[in-house]
Amino acid sequence: MSLRRNPATLTAAVLAAATLASCADSQRDDGDGDGGGGSDDGTFIFGAAGAPEMFDPFYATDGETFRVTRQMFEGLVGIKPGTAEVVPELATEWTPNDDGTEWTFTLRDDVTFHDGEAFNAEAVCYNFDRMFDQNEAGQTAGEYWGYVMGAFSNDAENSLYQGCEAAGEFEAVISISGPTSGFPTMLSLESLSMQSPKALEEGDANGIAAEGEGFSFPAYADAPVGTGPFTFGEYDEANGTITLARNDDYWGDAAQTSELVFRVIPDESTRRQELEAGSINGYDLPNPVDWAGLESDGNSVEVRDPFNILYLGLNPEANPALKDLNVRKALYHALNRDQLVSTQLPEGAAVATQFMPDTVSGYNTTIEPYAYDPDEAKRLLAEAGAEDLELTFAYPTEVSRPYMPDPEKIYEALRTDLEAVGITVNVKTASWNGGYLDNVTAGKYDAYILGWTGDYDSPFNFIGTFFGNLKENDFGTEAYPWGKTLADDLRAADAVVDDAERGAAFETLNQQIMDEYLPGLPISHSPPALVVGPGVDGVVPSPLTAEEFDTVTVGGE
Amino acid sequence: MCVVVVVLSMLVFGWLRSLPGGPVSAMLGERQTPERRAALEAALGLDQPLPVQYAKFMERAVHGNFGVSTKVLPGEDALDVFLSRLPATIELSFLAMLLAIALGIPLGYIAARRQGSYVDTGAVIFSLVGVAVPVFFTAFLLKYSFAVEWNLLPVSGRQSTGVDATRVTGMFVLDGILTREWDASWDALKHLILPSVALATIPFAVIFRITRASVLDVLDEDYVRTAEAKGLTSRVIRGRHVLRNAMLPVTTTIGLQVGGLLAGAVLTESVFSFRGVGDALATAFREKDYPVLQVLILAAAVIYVLVNLLVDIAYAVIDPRIRTR
Repeated sequence: MSLRRNPATLTAAVLAAATLASCADSQRDDGDGDGGGGSDDGTFIFGAAGAPEMFDPFYATDGETFRVTRQMFEGLVGIKPGTAEVVPELATEWTPNDDGTEWTFTLRDDVTFHDGEAFNAEAVCYNFDRMFDQNEAGQTAGEYWGYVMGAFSNDAENSLYQGCEAAGEFEAVISISGPTSGFPTMLSLESLSMQSPKALEEGDANGIAAEGEGFSFPAYADAPVGTGPFTFGEYDEANGTITLARNDDYWGDAAQTSELVFRVIPDESTRRQELEAGSINGYDLPNPVDWAGLESDGNSVEVRDPFNILYLGLNPEANPALKDLNVRKALYHALNRDQLVSTQLPEGAAVATQFMPDTVSGYNTTIEPYAYDPDEAKRLLAEAGAEDLELTFAYPTEVSRPYMPDPEKIYEALRTDLEAVGITVNVKTASWNGGYLDNVTAGKYDAYILGWTGDYDSPFNFIGTFFGNLKENDFGTEAYPWGKTLADDLRAADAVVDDAERGAAFETLNQQIMDEYLPGLPISHSPPALVVGPGVDGVVPSPLTAEEFDTVTVGGE
Repeated sequence: MCVVVVVLSMLVFGWLRSLPGGPVSAMLGERQTPERRAALEAALGLDQPLPVQYAKFMERAVHGNFGVSTKVLPGEDALDVFLSRLPATIELSFLAMLLAIALGIPLGYIAARRQGSYVDTGAVIFSLVGVAVPVFFTAFLLKYSFAVEWNLLPVSGRQSTGVDATRVTGMFVLDGILTREWDASWDALKHLILPSVALATIPFAVIFRITRASVLDVLDEDYVRTAEAKGLTSRVIRGRHVLRNAMLPVTTTIGLQVGGLLAGAVLTESVFSFRGVGDALATAFREKDYPVLQVLILAAAVIYVLVNLLVDIAYAVIDPRIRTR
């Protein structure tokens, strides 16, 4: 009856059609139908805010792509559902040598790729070498590798990755240039997932090229082959749907639904309406003001643990008055963050005491939050001779991030507090992609609101990202006398091999950053949520927004 | 037309690059640093002087290569992105114009013939509302009422998940008819109803008002009175003398409305997550996808010029005097 793009998916598509038809009808009728009956059937339809960029996670950078590829690919290490904790995935265990530069990974011996190819140490090394050996375009597009590994094969001496060797059929040894808190945790990143060497080869996976103002991707980017619980079905671009089918040969527990469909619905209110109509089973990032209403309609709002930070960035190069620690402390005391969190952020949000959430190793539990104290703020400003302080303070428009659902409202609350202690605020604004980020990077604002969602559980992924690169950070720490010390100390802490010692080093640094340096003002941690409709079970919200949908059942199965 | 396209391409090229932000911001997000920005700009040629960038763009464009999409469909040829989205917008616009013409002309004629009656007053008010209310508001209202509250029609999209449909032309209703997949065709038509009604409101109102005014003008003409005095039947007067002459300005209006449908489609398609050219244009603008924006804007201009050419031809068919001039 139907001729799909990819003949290989024809069988799955035909089988799926009957399933989908019955499921869609039953959902529309009563919202709690059987969806096709038991764990052998059913389709979970998730409303995605955007279309995936492509299906090769190595070149991807955005959450909507990773949400899809995460269901098909796995890494050597994984993340324990519901946490940021690293657990075995395709590797069962890993051991470093004494100086933390050689890591031996023992691999599972019962895994095959979706195309039937065996997963073994050679496949692991093929993958790492493939990621390492990129052409010029690939080095720019392979952003996550560049971010965590530092360099590619053409600049090998500056790369964290130094090589991979198959020490046995199921034993791979990965060499790195030096110990870091991010390794091997970084191997849980979607971009560093294991892919079928045969499919990579046949699809010319590294054949990326710069063309005009974009990149053209090779055929492999449309035909991904991993080891995960779902296999790629088809991407119906005209209708905005991505269909994945259950991998019946999966090494672990098989997925509960036979199909997983992502429907691209960019508008948040439309996603909610689709959920109410029963045509999707869930969607991400419901507006916090809708949470109560969604719950009362029988849906389930799954709130994630916060794994992000919203901060007020300060740039001493743009405004020299900010070089004075007392001025920065005054600004912090002026902010009523308790009120901000309780009035402008969703339930579960917390006032930040440092530049990372408490789920990250190296978090310092003894740091007390700066108290809201306008009088102290005025006193400190007077002491610094900055009673007439004027700030160019900016916020972004046309954006909502997990750490700032409504930037304008957050900004208004902060601005009001600053003005209350006599600071003159010059309001600046720009759209997120229309100059805001550029202006922050170029140091055009004295103060700005921005944030960060962690990639994985590593303190360096937070404070190392903010202050570890002296020459290039939005806080302009190079302008401070302690900027270099902080950057050096961060790198030194990151290189400590022993977990406990490293954690202690970062705790000390967090204390120093808040007491002695205060390069910016951590504001809050916000819990993003996702929502699922009636009859949907098994969704485990992830702090990393990295939910895996193989455990999800639809229709109360 | 070539001159129009070249001049417009220069304007669009310069205008896009004069806007703050750009594709590099959209690609890097919070992760951007001056070093990463510079590397990406160099890789994509965005660090070169504007005239050099434009020359390279034109050099590629004359070979049919308009660059690849950076965000709407990364890696895909920008022209292919336009062509893949075009059938959806043609389908939507066709139905919207069909509704606007099918309702606007008869209602305009009736309103003119019964000038001052309740029918006339009611239709005029209705058309005023159609023009005055923004398309996105009409779209929200329709969606909320018919899809959310009464659950009569789909909320968004082009086809329900799970409907197995063969794609031939990319126009889903037509594809269903061609392949005799009636369920798929009916499902696609249900998805089209609300967006097309929303998109039709302004063209309907304009066509109605122009028809009404034009018919009123023609009814005052001497040749109509002469026809009546000659004792011609009202059917002949209506068809041969009144409507035919009144259609000249209406045809021009329809042409202009077709050309302007893309503006309405941007809003309508966004509200209904309808993956057509308008939705691609909105996404491309938000994400600063220059290649796709350039192709879409230039294509819209070409379509506008072509439609006006067709209007001129239609003029000649309706009014033989034009052919002889």
